[in-house]
Amino acid sequence: MGHSAHHAFEKMPTEDHSDDLGHASPYSTYLYIFITLLALTVATVGITRFDFGSWNIVVAMVIASIKAMLVALYFMHLKYENVTTWLYAAFPIVLLAIMMGGIFIDNPFRTHGREMVVETKAPVSAAAPAGHH
Amino acid sequence: MNASNHGATVDGVVPGEPPHIHHMDTPTAYQSAKLGMWLFLATEILLFGGLFTAFALYHWMYFDEFHHAAKELDWRFGAVNTAVLLFSSFTAALGVDAAQRGDNQRCAKNLLITIVCGAIFMVIKGIEYSSKYHHGLFPGTEFWNSPEFTQQYKMYFGLYYCMTGLHAFHVLAGMSLLFWVYLHARKGRFSERYYVPVEVGALYWHLVDLIWIYLFPLLYLVG
Repeated sequence: MGHSAHHAFEKMPTEDHSDDLGHASPYSTYLYIFITLLALTVATVGITRFDFGSWNIVVAMVIASIKAMLVALYFMHLKYENVTTWLYAAFPIVLLAIMMGGIFIDNPFRTHGREMVVETKAPVSAAAPAGHH
Repeated sequence: MNASNHGATVDGVVPGEPPHIHHMDTPTAYQSAKLGMWLFLATEILLFGGLFTAFALYHWMYFDEFHHAAKELDWRFGAVNTAVLLFSSFTAALGVDAAQRGDNQRCAKNLLITIVCGAIFMVIKGIEYSSKYHHGLFPGTEFWNSPEFTQQYKMYFGLYYCMTGLHAFHVLAGMSLLFWVYLHARKGRFSERYYVPVEVGALYWHLVDLIWIYLFPLLYLVG
């Protein structure tokens, strides 16, 4: 099977078309990344033994994001892609951040019968501020 | 040999050669195809992102209820499923690697392993779902409608079923897509000059894995 790679170079006149298409990583790269991913999965589970309180979710998400970046960069070859592809990949993340950020900013102000925990200097008005439901 | 056969098949397809596309040279067609898949992946990220946002919000609002409800999940199933999908991503990447080097048989073998891993994932998920069903933790059962379950507790399961269900649907879609590519690899369709179906099929599969990488800690460990 090894000589099939040489065929491509034998046939080409002057251009080397193998550069026009994607980057081929060595087998070992994929193996190392896979092993790292497994190790990080073990870490994800192991870290639950420690209680960081409300930071638990942050720690879990950080480890998950590292795993996600490894899959994206190496398995999906994003590391070797052009800028346009990076933009296409990054854009939904930006939109997600806006959506999550917006929701988390908005939600505390939807009081509907629960007390709003906001310290103000002025006395709290009895009438609830006009808002949407 | 696969790449050196210049005889066209019945539908005019020459194994190892990209299909002829008017007004576009092969490298441009290749980049366009990949970009098209990345665009689709972007929509998928936002699709699941909406559900993740909902989960994040309600997890934050009803932390105790969610924490209590999450205890019904067995993290060992989730962990095994994570390992299965990570391995399947590994073999999918190896499938692309094989196609890039013109080795159709190795490509087909790796894609088949990937598909089988997807099936294993579905079986484990099925075991989890049926065990929940037997405990009555399913919308519509008498147990479910009993007053001991608060809205917030049920909210966790609503999100759990929606998110894992939608993900499972994507696993099936990915398996079908890769099966189609597998059939073509077995016929020696790909080569160093043409392997883009393998690559975009694998990209979709990696996304399915990516989503699970986030689902596992959120649903099983943190909740």
